[in-house]
Amino acid sequence: MSPGRIRLARRLAAKDLLIERRSRVLVNQVLPFSGLVMVVFAFALGTGGVLERAAPGLVWLAVLFSSLSTVQRSFGLETADGAMESLRVAGVDPIALFLGKAAALAIELLVLVTVLLGLAVVLYGTEPRAEGIVLLVTTAISATLGLAALGTIYGGLAAGGSGRETLLPLLVLPVAAPVLIGATRGVEAALGTDRTAVSEGWPWVGLLLVFAVAIGVGGALAFGSLIED
Amino acid sequence: MSDPATNPTPADRSAPAVDLRGVIALLGGFPALSGIDLRVERGEIVLVAGPNGAGKSTLLNVCAGLVPVARGHAEVLGTDLRGDRGALRHRIGLLGHRNGLYADLTVAENLAFWADMVGANEAEIAAALTSAGLDGRLSSVRVSALSAGQRRRTALAVLLVRRAELWLLDEPHAGLDPSGRDELDDLIRLAVASGVTVILASHDLERSRALAGREITVKGGTVSEAA
Repeated sequence: MSPGRIRLARRLAAKDLLIERRSRVLVNQVLPFSGLVMVVFAFALGTGGVLERAAPGLVWLAVLFSSLSTVQRSFGLETADGAMESLRVAGVDPIALFLGKAAALAIELLVLVTVLLGLAVVLYGTEPRAEGIVLLVTTAISATLGLAALGTIYGGLAAGGSGRETLLPLLVLPVAAPVLIGATRGVEAALGTDRTAVSEGWPWVGLLLVFAVAIGVGGALAFGSLIED
Repeated sequence: MSDPATNPTPADRSAPAVDLRGVIALLGGFPALSGIDLRVERGEIVLVAGPNGAGKSTLLNVCAGLVPVARGHAEVLGTDLRGDRGALRHRIGLLGHRNGLYADLTVAENLAFWADMVGANEAEIAAALTSAGLDGRLSSVRVSALSAGQRRRTALAVLLVRRAELWLLDEPHAGLDPSGRDELDDLIRLAVASGVTVILASHDLERSRALAGREITVKGGTVSEAA
């Protein structure tokens, strides 16, 4: 990875994060939506231990749904006034573009995951245990990286033509299944849901990391072709 | 910049800005351009006129390397369009109906972003802001708060920062009031005086004729030179 490419990627990510800081779409729209989803889950499943047992899966479902809005917003910035076309015409390195967009998305999603895990403690009564903290953090980071890479691939694909953004959920959700499963199992082990041991979570983290690397490398290499009309 | 992609060779600089001979370009399998001949010298402003759907935008997109050449000889800024067009892209600015700006960033931040993308420095940003009449207070205004004319000038300032040698402008006057159009024309003239070549497609023929040194008409996928 050349220093020039890393510098470009950092600059692209910084631009996205500055725009997010200014527009506050994540804070004012995505996070409240995610919170509402969590509350609705609580109403639907009620009390009696079901909610506590299902909490890891519900958190990641809420993350997955909310990540679609985040991805659409991220690429909406590029398509609203034709910036993506300008980047393409100017021959900006597509790998740097992919890495920059994915990095900014990963940071935004990590904030989202952190807030939703906190909400799960408050709303669902889940209690993190000390020995599972490292697994919890590692699971959250590796799952977020995978989701960010996946979102960037399909966000770029959807941004390639008008109207295709409505396809984003259909494209992302099936492919995100390994992340949903792996992250849920990892968080279950971290929290000790159904007396799961912490050690049972690490293989799932391995799966999440393999997924993130495979999607990340594949996405970086294919991104140039994906954003061409 | 040390990047060879953005440092044209002397041979590149002496070549015409655009040299198309017998160019056929297909869109969706149908010929959008059928045997175009066009030569544009460095520093020219060429007006591309013609009815809607005649192929004006396709011609600009071919010159930008976005639409592949199916047949014929096509060179832009000394680079064969049928070869690797990657190195050419840094040197071309295509401005379509949209401005390619980030609404939540200020004028200066948009230019700084593009400067980082191409390795331009602070002095080049300041020069572009001054040339476009966007220095001072305007530079720190968010693009979302600008008028249509100011946005258009910001988009052209980005082309200055990008050091684009060939500007392909598709309906650059669209949506601007008369004073906005005047300011845009002044900026285009200023850029041409510094060596930029401009090809603009427009329906605003009266204004564009006053700006351009030459006019061509695209009709039915072919080009004819105006008398």
